Amino acid sequence: MSLNVSNLTVHHGAICAINQVSLAVPTGKLAAIIGSNGAGKTTLLRTLSGLNHPTHGEISWEGQSILGIKAEMLVRRGISHVSEGKSVVPELSVRENLELGAIWRRNNKESKESIDRVVTIFPRLGERIEQRADTLSGGERQMLAIGRAIMSKPKLLLLDEPSLGLAPLVVEQIFQTIRDLASSMNLTVLLVEQNAMGALKIADLGIVLNLGKVVAVNHAQALIDDPAVRAAYLGY
Amino acid sequence: MDFLNTFLIGITAGAIYALMAISMVLVWRSTRVVNFAQAGMALLSTYFGFEAVSKLGSFWIALPVAMVGGALFAALVEMILIRLLVKHSSTGPIAGVAPIIATLGLLGVIRATAAMIWGGQDVRIVGPVSNDGYSINGTTLVFSPLKLLILVTVLVLMLILSLVFQKTNIGLALRASAYAPEIAKLSGIKVDWVRTLGWALAGAAGAVAGMFQTVNGNGTLSPDSIEFSLLLVSGFIAAVIGGLDSLIGAVIGGLVLGLMISFVLMYVSSGLFFIAPFVILLTVLFVRPQGIFGAKAARRA
Repeated sequence: MSLNVSNLTVHHGAICAINQVSLAVPTGKLAAIIGSNGAGKTTLLRTLSGLNHPTHGEISWEGQSILGIKAEMLVRRGISHVSEGKSVVPELSVRENLELGAIWRRNNKESKESIDRVVTIFPRLGERIEQRADTLSGGERQMLAIGRAIMSKPKLLLLDEPSLGLAPLVVEQIFQTIRDLASSMNLTVLLVEQNAMGALKIADLGIVLNLGKVVAVNHAQALIDDPAVRAAYLGY
Repeated sequence: MDFLNTFLIGITAGAIYALMAISMVLVWRSTRVVNFAQAGMALLSTYFGFEAVSKLGSFWIALPVAMVGGALFAALVEMILIRLLVKHSSTGPIAGVAPIIATLGLLGVIRATAAMIWGGQDVRIVGPVSNDGYSINGTTLVFSPLKLLILVTVLVLMLILSLVFQKTNIGLALRASAYAPEIAKLSGIKVDWVRTLGWALAGAAGAVAGMFQTVNGNGTLSPDSIEFSLLLVSGFIAAVIGGLDSLIGAVIGGLVLGLMISFVLMYVSSGLFFIAPFVILLTVLFVRPQGIFGAKAARRA
């Protein structure tokens, strides 16, 4: 297991957002985390990337505890987080947003090579490389956000609602890209989604959160076939 | 000839205001604090510069000494005072205001301390070149070699600063941390240190403004100097005209303010010295509250 979370509890003030959550994701697997609003999905990702701090519990990554390590240091350990709502810097150009992802390496040559790689994956970003990020469409911004994350050559990719506010056709493309990236780079991925069906379709395993607790963990396909999950999260 | 004279005086004063505005903007961008102590910090840096001039004799050594001293002092203020206050004042009615009020307190402390150390002395800094105006066809201009030097130095510093901001990784880190601190963190940038660096750069820019303001005036320096109060007011107004968030805005704000004051004093009345900057500020706030270069839209979440 590359990512192990045990008995994780996170509070926002007096409110318990995550309650005794335990989960494990093997190396190279794509896990979809689904659940309704307020289930604690975003808090879980933010805690894993070091933006939020747990009240108690344990997080281990590649066999070592990463509890209390700051977000800016976790990037150096291979954890990349694309936070909710198209995590790009609107005032910066597409190129600068990408450079940002590799800035901590302090190696401009490597950064340029990484940009070339991202542009091969997302040719649209190549066409708009000198444009400011706020001139991009929603889908392009999401591509840029993911592009920035893979610039740091992550081993664990945390994605928070990449489909949010995108047209159905674009959502399909983004999901397909995430699947391809995970496979080709042997990434471990945690994909938080409201679009439960879309996420489960590309995932290896599914984790269902409800009111801060894990209520189901299974193979993604098994969750799709589960009548209770269907009724509650897939809408049919 | 009057027109040219007024223009050149305005542009020189404006260049100094622009430096001050840049230091206000750098601080605002890195910590979202309006630093009322900026003029006090510039004053202190100028005293550092004075010590260097009197011991080493050269203005060109004193200037970098003042810059480094100003940068270190500003960095310490950020690390010791501001960082703590920003962290501890996240809730309650004075949240967000506490650091700003603290800078007012700091201004008082700096002035009182400077008075204790240098108050009894006749503190004088002589510029590196003459401040006697150029003569053209027998008419003497107010524009002098010193003013030309100030103008060129400020322009060179701004050019260097803009290259650093646009072309280097440090500049990218500074901009990303200002616009989107969380994304900066997730990109591995140590945002706390970048904030300190922003303050340090502001301290250095303020030091240059202080040194030039002094030699461009009568060369004397005192803790309750009216020149430095004006520097704070002008720097702040220039920064606001420029939108408080934009470095180019600060430069243009400074130059516009310098020119406007100069022309008002020349062609309206020289008695308006203390009124003109404020009238300009109020006009800008009424007509374009977000400043000339400020973004209109609210910042996204």
